[in-house]
Amino acid sequence: MGTLQNLGARHPIGTLVVLVLVVALAWLIFAPWPPGLEQALGRKRIFLNAILSGITLGALYFLVASGFTLVFGLMRNVNLAHGSLYLLGGYIGYGVVDATGYWLLAFPVVFVVVGALGLLLQHQVFRRMEGEELRQTLVTIGISIVLADLMLWYWGGQSYQVQSPQWLSGPTTLPFVSAVRSDGQAVYLSYPLIRIAILFAAIVIGLGMWFVLNRSRLGMLIRAGVDDRDILAASGVRIQYVFLAVFAFGAGLAGIAGIIGGTFQSLSPGEDTRFLLASLVVVIVGGMGSIPGAALGAVIIGLAEQIGLVYAPTYSVVFTFLIMAVVLAFRPQGLLGARR
Amino acid sequence: MKRFIGAAAALALMLPGAAAAQDTIKVGILVATEGAFAAGGADGIRNVELALKQVGNMAGGKKIETVVAPTDTTPATATRMARKLIEQDKVDIILGPLSGSEGIAMRDYSKTVPDKTVINGISGALETTWVDPSPNFFRFNLDGAQWGAGLGDYVVNKKGWKKVATVSADYSFGYTNFLGFAVGFCKAGGELVERLWVPLGSSDFAGVIAKLPDDVDAIYLGVGGTDAINFLNQYQQAGGKAKLIGGSIMADPTVLNSKGKAKDALIGTPTSGWVANDNPAPEWQAYVKAYQEAFPADKRLPSPSLFGVGYYVNALAMIAGLNEVKGDLSDGQKKFHAALSKLKVKTPLGEISLNENRQASGSVFVTEVSANPDGSLSNKMVARVDNVTQTLGMTADAFRAMGLPSRTTPDCKALGGK
Repeated sequence: MGTLQNLGARHPIGTLVVLVLVVALAWLIFAPWPPGLEQALGRKRIFLNAILSGITLGALYFLVASGFTLVFGLMRNVNLAHGSLYLLGGYIGYGVVDATGYWLLAFPVVFVVVGALGLLLQHQVFRRMEGEELRQTLVTIGISIVLADLMLWYWGGQSYQVQSPQWLSGPTTLPFVSAVRSDGQAVYLSYPLIRIAILFAAIVIGLGMWFVLNRSRLGMLIRAGVDDRDILAASGVRIQYVFLAVFAFGAGLAGIAGIIGGTFQSLSPGEDTRFLLASLVVVIVGGMGSIPGAALGAVIIGLAEQIGLVYAPTYSVVFTFLIMAVVLAFRPQGLLGARR
Repeated sequence: MKRFIGAAAALALMLPGAAAAQDTIKVGILVATEGAFAAGGADGIRNVELALKQVGNMAGGKKIETVVAPTDTTPATATRMARKLIEQDKVDIILGPLSGSEGIAMRDYSKTVPDKTVINGISGALETTWVDPSPNFFRFNLDGAQWGAGLGDYVVNKKGWKKVATVSADYSFGYTNFLGFAVGFCKAGGELVERLWVPLGSSDFAGVIAKLPDDVDAIYLGVGGTDAINFLNQYQQAGGKAKLIGGSIMADPTVLNSKGKAKDALIGTPTSGWVANDNPAPEWQAYVKAYQEAFPADKRLPSPSLFGVGYYVNALAMIAGLNEVKGDLSDGQKKFHAALSKLKVKTPLGEISLNENRQASGSVFVTEVSANPDGSLSNKMVARVDNVTQTLGMTADAFRAMGLPSRTTPDCKALGGK
């Protein structure tokens, strides 16, 4: 609370603007819309759906980008094979769900398998070229190309969707009033249940990561490593184990995101680079190496994509990169990134 | 992508004793292997391989050597790869491209290399052969507007769906294919309630799905490839129950054979196009059989896709044209160009010839997606329209007066609709 008060004292106008925006958004979401507004923006259902879809898409981006940003923060390693881990996780998840019929079972399996691949990559490849950033970057590009071809060879060019379980399919009703009928009865918004579940899962995983980073011994080591790797190693911590753990965790998370992406979008060759690009944009906007930054960046990019698609389809592709350019111009370290 | 280059390189190596330059004709296959139509592009390459294999890699007495140039459905990449084919690989003929806007880019590029030949792959934007066509660009497949013929009339008069909202891809082919549907639909007295447009390569349609009105008889979906699959997946998740009408690439075998349940939303959906899986014509049946025998079951689709058929037919035309001139490509390929313009080529879809814009006319099939006993899906033919011309049976002036395909063209009211 203290920091918030400080913020208000330091930037009174900025804080006021943000507060007004938050209140306006809350009003847009919860209050029934007057007819004039409906004429200007279309039905409220469309607006609510765009906002929710943006946030849930952001949840998916967060899952992919958080591992990416964690690895970068600790090891200064831009892992350009991160998208391949996403796609691989999705394909393996499809295989597990197809064979067993249990959607939830895919998550631990994929987390372990893709995490193990991450462990292998860090132990066999990146450890050998520590500190050589350019070399590592080039090697990760090479690995991503090889993995993409191997996946194309094994799974082929067609699309896959992971089958969502029965209890998560179809829409659910949310406590937002989307319209009021002429007899005064409120119509509540109906929204795909699976996307709500994904949002919930992303929040739980995000909170879990925050707790581990801020409340556990491992988190302490990771934070110390992010701040100053050399001093941490000099004080007797076996930093290689920390690296391994973080890399495996980041890879596993990307794999899990692949199952989720495969469930509400689809998997096909090319998705790997799409999600790599999305993660790059998210961490550039949010700030390299910052988990809250990844969350903020993911939600901003998700919202920009969905609101753009609904209200200005022609320019929706541009918005994402416009946001990135603005952030790079005025806050090159990212919204929540630390200046180094 | 690398795999295709590798395959093409291997193919080139396998050609016995790679004969001297004047005894071979080099063909560049320009095809999208990335992006929404990757599966269709792979089928295109398979079909060119098949067409060449059937003639023992010989046409006009010369060996045919192929180079694959992969694109990503964007016109910029298509132009770059075409330039690479001509300048570095020194190809004589380009076979391709796949996607609508790539085709328009190739029309413009082909004008800069008048002594080479571009034969289309399966791109279907109207403008490619309608606005300022290029003398050395030949299209032996129908365009997107032609593929839409018959569908509008069918849904109004046979299905009784008169109020329709549409979601289509926001680029040249999306406009063209929609126009073909809308012209028939509006002439039959239908009402287009709302037209929504989505960028090619979108993966999250949740916001657009929420925008669809409830009080319509059906929803027309003019997207394809992975876009189609993502849309159907999210449409089911949102609990969508409306009847669907498919554009020509919505219920293509590349979509019907995707893994997962999203495609099941298509059962009963009428669509129209150049290809009906169960077309009884013997030449079509023979082609499907040849396709199935040429590739192992897990390396192909159960039945060739619209994309594959396009590349196959255009490759057949290329072979026939080369035979006609006995492989003589001298004098800026003038004889070859003249032969292609006059060619009557026998294809699995009947005999095809070109009009004055070097654009094919032909038959269009209206099909409905139906479930087979084993759970797989295929297109069953329900109607056909023969002799669909580039101007959809209108006079050139009437067709031109309608305007070029765009988000707002055609004007439904002007055509007699609502």
